[in-house]
Amino acid sequence: MTLALKTDGLAKTFPVGKPLFGPPKALVHAVRPTTLAVPQGETLGIVGESGCGKSTLARMLVGLLPPTSGRIEIEGRALDRADPAAFGRLIQYVFQDPVSSLNPRKTVRQILDVPLIRLHGMGKAARAARIAEIFDWVSLRPEFLDRYPHEFSGGQAQRIGIARALAASPRILILDEPVSALDVSVQAQVLNLLSDLKAELDLTYLFISHDLAVVEAVSDRIAVLYFGAVVESGPAEKVFAAPRHPYTRLLADSAPVVGRPLGGAAEGELPDPLNPPPGCAFAGRCPRATELCRRESPVLERIEGDQFAACHNPIPA
Amino acid sequence: MRLFLTLLARNRLAVFGAAVLAFVVLVVLLAPLLPLADPDVTSTGDRFLRPLGGGPLLGTDHLGRDLLSRLVWGTRLSLAVGVAAAVLAGSIGAAIGVVAGYFGGSIDNVVMRGVDMLMAFPYILLALAIVAALGPGLMNALIAVAAVNVPFFARNIRGITVGIAHKEFVDAARLAGMGHGRILISEIVPNVLPVVVVAMSTTIGWMILETAGLSFLGLGSQPPQADLGSMLGEARAALITAPHTSVVPGVMILLIVMSINLLGDGVRDALDPRLRSGALSRPMAATLVDRAGVPEPKGAGLLSIEDLRTEFRVGPRRYKAVGGVSLSLAPGECVGLIGESGSGKSVTALSVMGLVASPPGVITGGAVRLEGEDLIGAPYGRLRSLRGDRVAYIFQDPLATLHPLYRVGDQLAEAIRVHHPVSRAEAGARAVKLLADVRIPNAEARARAFPHELSGGMRQRVGIAMALANEPEIIIADEPTTALDVTVQAQILSLLDDLRRKRGLAILFITHDFGVVGQLCDRVAVMYAGRIVEEGRTQEVLSAPAHPYTKRLIACVPELGGGRRRLEAIPGLPPAVDALPAGCAFAPRCAKADAACRAGEIALAGTGRKLRCLKPEVIA
Repeated sequence: MTLALKTDGLAKTFPVGKPLFGPPKALVHAVRPTTLAVPQGETLGIVGESGCGKSTLARMLVGLLPPTSGRIEIEGRALDRADPAAFGRLIQYVFQDPVSSLNPRKTVRQILDVPLIRLHGMGKAARAARIAEIFDWVSLRPEFLDRYPHEFSGGQAQRIGIARALAASPRILILDEPVSALDVSVQAQVLNLLSDLKAELDLTYLFISHDLAVVEAVSDRIAVLYFGAVVESGPAEKVFAAPRHPYTRLLADSAPVVGRPLGGAAEGELPDPLNPPPGCAFAGRCPRATELCRRESPVLERIEGDQFAACHNPIPA
Repeated sequence: MRLFLTLLARNRLAVFGAAVLAFVVLVVLLAPLLPLADPDVTSTGDRFLRPLGGGPLLGTDHLGRDLLSRLVWGTRLSLAVGVAAAVLAGSIGAAIGVVAGYFGGSIDNVVMRGVDMLMAFPYILLALAIVAALGPGLMNALIAVAAVNVPFFARNIRGITVGIAHKEFVDAARLAGMGHGRILISEIVPNVLPVVVVAMSTTIGWMILETAGLSFLGLGSQPPQADLGSMLGEARAALITAPHTSVVPGVMILLIVMSINLLGDGVRDALDPRLRSGALSRPMAATLVDRAGVPEPKGAGLLSIEDLRTEFRVGPRRYKAVGGVSLSLAPGECVGLIGESGSGKSVTALSVMGLVASPPGVITGGAVRLEGEDLIGAPYGRLRSLRGDRVAYIFQDPLATLHPLYRVGDQLAEAIRVHHPVSRAEAGARAVKLLADVRIPNAEARARAFPHELSGGMRQRVGIAMALANEPEIIIADEPTTALDVTVQAQILSLLDDLRRKRGLAILFITHDFGVVGQLCDRVAVMYAGRIVEEGRTQEVLSAPAHPYTKRLIACVPELGGGRRRLEAIPGLPPAVDALPAGCAFAPRCAKADAACRAGEIALAGTGRKLRCLKPEVIA
């Protein structure tokens, strides 16, 4: 099994309050050193709450943000320099907000032309044929090509966003909350489209979402992010059904499910990123926390089979 | 374009400005063709001839030159210089602003501090310094006026560019292989261009004034060439003896600057997206009501919404957002109103207290009765005394509903003092107690925090505390947890549930999430295209949905624990509410629909469990 995407200790630190000259006042570790591996043709789901670093991670993976440290390998080739054009041919991004990800002053055809010209240097006739093919994949009608983005509904605009990503002929798609802005009936259409495209084009997906049920429905493996670090990873069917990290369990128990009584929601919030606590970042909210947790950060370790957790006191099976 | 012109035409002052300006521009453009005397020929014998005195139409100046001719040629020059200076300043300023805003960081810092330094000088001093360095002359005056105005454009455009440069389509362009230059030209510039043009059109008048000022001081156009400023300057000596020589150019400056400013303001307003939606003015304090009759009271519940109809009137179009909704709420009951975006659930909720923005919103029928008293069409004073006191709202985004410049405790205290005559100190104490009631830890200290200092979950708790401030009987919660993370959502939902049980609150809970409804609500009503299609006890509706829409919508939502699978999707889109089909609005997307479904009105039938469908799902 070949790896489509591999990161090795990938990390991002943002300076806070940097004056014009001199060192910044503080550093925020948005993504702590993260090691991920996604086999060709699989979907890795990444879940986490706002502020956990999932979007920062995604932007590093497509070259929009230079990593502070660590390596990115795509199909065995290292891509460390943040050059979106070099990344663009291999890995593309589908944005959360379908409307703001399309330039309001360009027609759909002009939007789709750009990657074909810039990344693949295609001529006019070749572009027209390619766009027609891609439009067919995302089931949009050809007459939409000469319209402007504001004429489309959210679901249609997201299909155009997917078409633009596919126009670069990438091997990997980063899907950053691709259905969060859509209504549920349209959300299912787009998720099914993504699953068809993946099979047809042999793509690899990184699916980022805060919606646990959606991630579970589309992913092969899931990684749970908390405070900039992966706290648990494992096969999709096991991570929420039999969580090992107390935070994963909290997430799974918080998801609203019909017929499950309310309550049991732990109070508490994320630690202050400017002043992180020593030890495990979740210790302050964790019912299983011990003295060790407040002193030493746990590392991601194999718990059982291919389920990993970063926890000193993992939940027993 | 046509929309822009109709919006512009609604503004009478702008039309007046455009007419005056068009006349002036036409005359000065035709100046070489008009039968005018040579503006520079002197005739000292005919100096200071009065206007309309038989000689030249507007008289002559101190050298006996024809004032009308000098006025037309001078206006031509002044207008040209004003437009040129505006275009020059606009282009250079916009270029600086776009570059600073796009690249950000230290480039932005250095460039904008330079611009700030330019702005720190009084503009006339700066212009004088530039002209002094370059020497007098019209061209140099133009350069000076343009240079003085560059910072204005640079700052304006930088602000707009920062907003655009962080939009996702710019990231997408980078990923599509575009370099910085191409992104600036093809992604950023087209989006800031309208702003640049509007800013230019509103500043041309200002530029004309400034150039005239320099010419007046003798630093602009040189004799014998006429422009409006130099005409005024030359007439200054004879202000008392021959006032017409100053009045003629003065009136022209007034006319031009006023007409350009009126037109410029009109253009800016017509391009404002808020006006495009049809709202030409600020929304009124209560929604407009235009209903033919009042339905008979059915006499049920604490709050009863009866056949409510709300529409948005935009130009000739009528968007029927709410098309006859009936719903009742008993004390202590929690009713869920569920639907997709555009189904009319929020408009229904806002109509209850007349909070739909008017224009364009109008309530066209039905009644909303609070213990028998009809709130639709109630006087504003009455609505105001009920809002927040007996019926309170919780909105989706607490960051948008809390005032950013006041401490949350003060905002809560204000909400209490609006309805209760208590001292400031007592209101403050009650505010702290409210914050503690919504389980905000360390309430005393948090009361002194500003909204931006709190996390999303804490802000929503403040929003709930504010809704509880006057102990209302009814809370209308419009997607209060949609913007929150799941763990925080669970906290807020259990808080709301506790509050309603302890205080006997009735809650109308608007959401798109079946999971949330299933955990919190006693009854649920499902909305589609402005109407309730199914209503009943939550457990019954969710476990055995009878309307095909409800059934298929529930099937669309993945549930945790279901594993990897293909989801059921509903093909097609909801209908536009300005072109609703006859019959069932869901028929075009429904697999079971037949001719009868599309023929005519289908009533919401049943008691307790209500349904608007001819072919309900079989309930086993």
